[in-house]
Amino acid sequence: MAHFTKATSLHDWLNQRLAVDTLRRVLATEYWIPKNINFLWAMGMVLAITFGILLISGIFLLMYYQPNVDLAFDSVNYTIMQEVGYGWLWRHVHGVAASVVFLIIYIHMFTGIYYGSYKKGREMIWLSGMLLFVAFSAEAFSGYMLPWGQMSYWAGMVITNLFAGGSLHADGLVEWIRGDYVPAQAFLNRFFMLHVLLIPLAILGLIGLHFGALRIPHVNNQDGEELDFEAEAAKYKSGDKKGSKVIAFVNDFMSKDMMVVGIYLIFFFYLVFYHYDFAMDPVNFDPADGLKTPAHIYPEWYFLWSYEILRPFSTDVGLIAFAFAQVIFFALPFLDRSPNAVPASRRGLFKYWFWAMLIDMIILTAMGKVPPEGLFSTIGLYAALTFIGLWIALPFITKFEKKV
Amino acid sequence: MKNSSRRGFMGKAFGAVAGVGAVASLYAMKRSWDPLPSVKAAGFTTLDMSGYKENELVTEKWRGKPIFVLKQSAEMMKKAEANPKDMERLIKIGDAYYLVCLGLCTHLGCIPGYDSGEQTFLCACHGGMYDFTGEVTKAPPPRGLDIPPFKIDGQKLVLGEEGPEYKKMLESGITLRA
Repeated sequence: MAHFTKATSLHDWLNQRLAVDTLRRVLATEYWIPKNINFLWAMGMVLAITFGILLISGIFLLMYYQPNVDLAFDSVNYTIMQEVGYGWLWRHVHGVAASVVFLIIYIHMFTGIYYGSYKKGREMIWLSGMLLFVAFSAEAFSGYMLPWGQMSYWAGMVITNLFAGGSLHADGLVEWIRGDYVPAQAFLNRFFMLHVLLIPLAILGLIGLHFGALRIPHVNNQDGEELDFEAEAAKYKSGDKKGSKVIAFVNDFMSKDMMVVGIYLIFFFYLVFYHYDFAMDPVNFDPADGLKTPAHIYPEWYFLWSYEILRPFSTDVGLIAFAFAQVIFFALPFLDRSPNAVPASRRGLFKYWFWAMLIDMIILTAMGKVPPEGLFSTIGLYAALTFIGLWIALPFITKFEKKV
Repeated sequence: MKNSSRRGFMGKAFGAVAGVGAVASLYAMKRSWDPLPSVKAAGFTTLDMSGYKENELVTEKWRGKPIFVLKQSAEMMKKAEANPKDMERLIKIGDAYYLVCLGLCTHLGCIPGYDSGEQTFLCACHGGMYDFTGEVTKAPPPRGLDIPPFKIDGQKLVLGEEGPEYKKMLESGITLRA
């Protein structure tokens, strides 16, 4: 057993038992961040804060929500919205945060793609981040079921039908997932469980993995420069803070991080108080009705791009294209054959690939929202083909990229 | 050496016990997600076919799913008779012919709407179209509207039971088992 002495203070008492000084040093004051970064490097903290907001607002919603097909709709739209003191606040915070979190995730992802932060030892950061994206998608979908409105019901119907695998006609699997022939009580209950327990647990674990994956390669910087973190840290600690290329995570970096978080929170609460309706589909204010499809079913904006890749094709081709879109971002570190980990602007053809991909996904998102008719159908089809074509082209254009 | 082989044995023994336990737990978990017996047992719907009007779509309910019933008019029958595949999809009760099918698009399960003027079904979700016998006329749906298991009983139609006419449809590939 280790040797313990009489504590001189509460701090000392804790330090002997939990090594709080060492923890603080390793996790905060001597965790090094490059100086050469910009506000886009704060998106990780913005996401962590948004997840915290979702967790806290979710806890308050959970106290009044009823996972029952006869009661769910009213428990949200009457009890929480009308009766519970500030219930409307938790609901609007939860709904807006669920939408905005995807905006920040996409910014975070495209920042990583632009600066090449998925290669040279940072592959695990990218892969764990993509797992988080999948987990957040599942969390958003399962949460969308809970108010049991028309969009909840029909999105649940359409998405679970995807598991029939088109011509494979695996109806048994679909019925197994639902626990019924159609989305009903068993379905609502199990998606409630997934939303409040299993998926949040997975997200917490994955956040740990994502942070852990950062430890060894460290955070990338604006020039993709390979830093000798030990030498730069030594310079910083010896007092040459100006000459060192790194700063401490706490307080140096954190103070700037929280500045960005502060601006973000003003924007966030502006949406919560004045524009919460963008995250609340009017169709979902009609109670679920299994005998009446809404005229036009579309997912929330953050799923529109992959939905649009599914839509223009026949069932089987559409499902394959959709499956491709869902997993292909995982392969980015391996399809990019260039050793250059520098901003896209210095990477020749990859610069055009990056902007083409970003614009194509914005077009897919816009086309996913409008009815699948005439010109919109055609634009959607070409945008979907462009998406697939860009990924096929990626290994070739990066293979012949000049070494920077 | 002796010790390490003993440890090796213990490791394998634990692995075997844990493996059996894991498979058994997975089986129990799979079964817990199965539809309940009460859910599976609920579900025979009997329709009295004498009350339907020609070219007027009525939506019934079977196992929580919408069922389309469309009595064919003389004009529709003339069109159907020109196309043997259309005739095979219809159910004859007394002297009248009916389309009885699941009102769920075979693409991703939305409910198509019926236009009695055009005599076509249009699914608003992804633009799929069907004719008045439920045969698909425009992709993305991969096949015509599915026909539920049925048994003809005089002027009545029992949904959920498999009669000889339904079995014939299954064999000829007119419908899949819904």
